[in-house]
Amino acid sequence: MALKDLPTKECYIPGSAACPGCPATIALRIVYKALGKNTVKVVPACCTAVIESLHPHTSFDIPTMNIAFEAAAAGASGVEAGLRMQGKTDTTVVAWAGDGGTYDIGIQALSGALERNTNFIYICYNNEIYSNTGIQRSGATPYGAWTTTTVLGKTEFRKEMGEIIMAHHIPYSAQTCIAYPEDLFKKLRKAKSINGPKYIEIMAPCPPGWRFPMEKTVEMGTMAVETGAWALYEVEKDKITFNGKSKLILEGKIDRKPIDDWIIYQGRFRHLFRPKKDTKRIKEIEEHIEKMWERYRSCYL
Amino acid sequence: MKKYNVVTSISYPKKGAMGKTGNWRVFKPILDKEKCVKCLRCWIFCPEATIIRNKDNTVDIDYEYCKGCGICANVCKVNAIELEREGARK
Repeated sequence: MALKDLPTKECYIPGSAACPGCPATIALRIVYKALGKNTVKVVPACCTAVIESLHPHTSFDIPTMNIAFEAAAAGASGVEAGLRMQGKTDTTVVAWAGDGGTYDIGIQALSGALERNTNFIYICYNNEIYSNTGIQRSGATPYGAWTTTTVLGKTEFRKEMGEIIMAHHIPYSAQTCIAYPEDLFKKLRKAKSINGPKYIEIMAPCPPGWRFPMEKTVEMGTMAVETGAWALYEVEKDKITFNGKSKLILEGKIDRKPIDDWIIYQGRFRHLFRPKKDTKRIKEIEEHIEKMWERYRSCYL
Repeated sequence: MKKYNVVTSISYPKKGAMGKTGNWRVFKPILDKEKCVKCLRCWIFCPEATIIRNKDNTVDIDYEYCKGCGICANVCKVNAIELEREGARK
């Protein structure tokens, strides 16, 4: 698939409230292209609740329901049940939440919806912070990163949501990144064609939250995959397949780039480089990622 | 546009729901159509959907809503898009 094969239809309308260089709107545009207009979206409190813009106007040309922070998956279950009773089974129901609404606040509703076998797609766009409320730490924030609540750098490692989802043994789950639109599009189309609960997580580097210049959004996404900090994979009926660069890293055909290449551009890791390079903590980040890949190799290769 | 008779508050889609976001811009992307190889990377990566894709895969920029983030210039492999400070060219 090439970029020119993607549909031209836009359901995202210009003139929204998103920050310049927002990764969520890049992801939203591709999601809308892949799922088409016959879609209902459920949005909890997250950046997207702001990007929608102010009442009485909206920037999304798709039915969207706003709901409480922890209730994205529960709300989507209700919408799906309602549509099913009306006989509208061809409508795709999407829950679209940030990493705060998925990793921390929404995890019980998500786990419940997956266990109930609700026929919906849960999409988590992961920018590794609560960026809407002002850059607080979340369960997805990596070790050593600055946020407004971890001023000297986070002291814990992030959790692996992909593997928590895998433990639910759902028909389809995937991890992808905004820097690879074809990969994202393909995974969404596949998710749409499968019946049952689906989970897709999108890495979305946030310029104001990660403190990097807004034109580098896509570059940061590419670097996250190339340094191995983020893996592209899909799990279909408990069989895991790595995609793109992550596949080459898993098979050892290319080496991971050093993590410095990625974090040096991000202001949230600035205290690791200035005034003196904190080699101990950078080494800890590197070792954590290496351990993750060793686990991937031993379990999934 | 179809209006719905519902009890709850409802918003309707509109272009420029937050006004003309083009005035947020500091740097303006200028496209050199001769250098463009129609790879469409700028089109897919534009966060604001302001890069307009024409039928023959050439692109145009909608300056009314472009927020000037510069992603298009950064992802262009042939450097066909350059950023210029707003008002530098008279």
